[in-house]
Amino acid sequence: MTEAGNTRTRRLIEAVAATIIEHTGELTELDSAIGDGDHGQNMKRGMTAILDDLDAIAAKPLPEALKAAGTQLVMKVGGASGPLYGTLFMALGKEIAPDPTRDDLTHAFAAAIEAVKVRGKSDAGQKTMLDVLVPVCEALRNGGSAREIDEAAEKARDATRDMQAQKGRASFLRERSIGHIDPGARSSQLMIAAVIDVLGEGA
Amino acid sequence: MSNVGIVIVSHSAKVAEGTADMVRQMVGEEVPVGYCGGDPDGGLGTSVESILKAVDTAWSDAGVAILVDLGGAETNSEMAVEMLPVERKTKVVVCNAPIVEGAVIAATEAAGGASLDEVRRTAEELSAQ
Repeated sequence: MTEAGNTRTRRLIEAVAATIIEHTGELTELDSAIGDGDHGQNMKRGMTAILDDLDAIAAKPLPEALKAAGTQLVMKVGGASGPLYGTLFMALGKEIAPDPTRDDLTHAFAAAIEAVKVRGKSDAGQKTMLDVLVPVCEALRNGGSAREIDEAAEKARDATRDMQAQKGRASFLRERSIGHIDPGARSSQLMIAAVIDVLGEGA
Repeated sequence: MSNVGIVIVSHSAKVAEGTADMVRQMVGEEVPVGYCGGDPDGGLGTSVESILKAVDTAWSDAGVAILVDLGGAETNSEMAVEMLPVERKTKVVVCNAPIVEGAVIAATEAAGGASLDEVRRTAEELSAQ
């Protein structure tokens, strides 16, 4: 692994962790509205565990770094989002090339999304993180610019407001889940924005 | 232990412990029982690490049936099963059943020497009603 590669991995991890930790309160509020209110604290705990292990993780090649980060999320998050985000990261690590091209990234991201669908027994349209990840993958595949992908993620996040939840605790609220942005869609969009920020037009 | 083991995974440590008490009242020490509840900081939630420990506590060569309460407990339990060593993975099932009634009836079935499949089926009949 090149030194530049390690630096990039470190910057990606730091940016993703920082934005989640910074938005802990907002994620908790979104989850309190339609769920059990633990999404912010849970994700913060997971990201903090990753940061605690940052030197070891960032020293690994990208695929191994993603798997290690995913394992931390699985073990430390404590809610359903642990296995879901953990699976996303671990599957990305399994599929991605050490120095990926855009095509490699698209392929790995699509495969990781399929793994999340299986883990959550879910699909797009059910008011979950998938409602952001799937359109982002589409934008990536269709050659969208960094800015277009960023905007696609924001639009997709906002679109979960009008959806009725069909998965997780929010589904217990039935039509009362409508009118609130899904916390998992928000955390996914935050991560996408952070990654785009680091990779810029090179995404 | 030759009887199927039972693992109880709740978001709440109190629910997990209370359910385990009710199982013990029914089957005594005839069935290995493991339980866990709470996230890694002790709040409401579930933890893969704790689930793996509970499976270890309840381990039986006949297998282990896991009873869960809400969604995250199920997702975390399924994740934990996947992380088990390959020779154990195929002997652990997550039951689609109410946690308290499911655990008690599953343990009762297990105490009679039922197979893992039979234990799971008996617990899951509660959901079919």
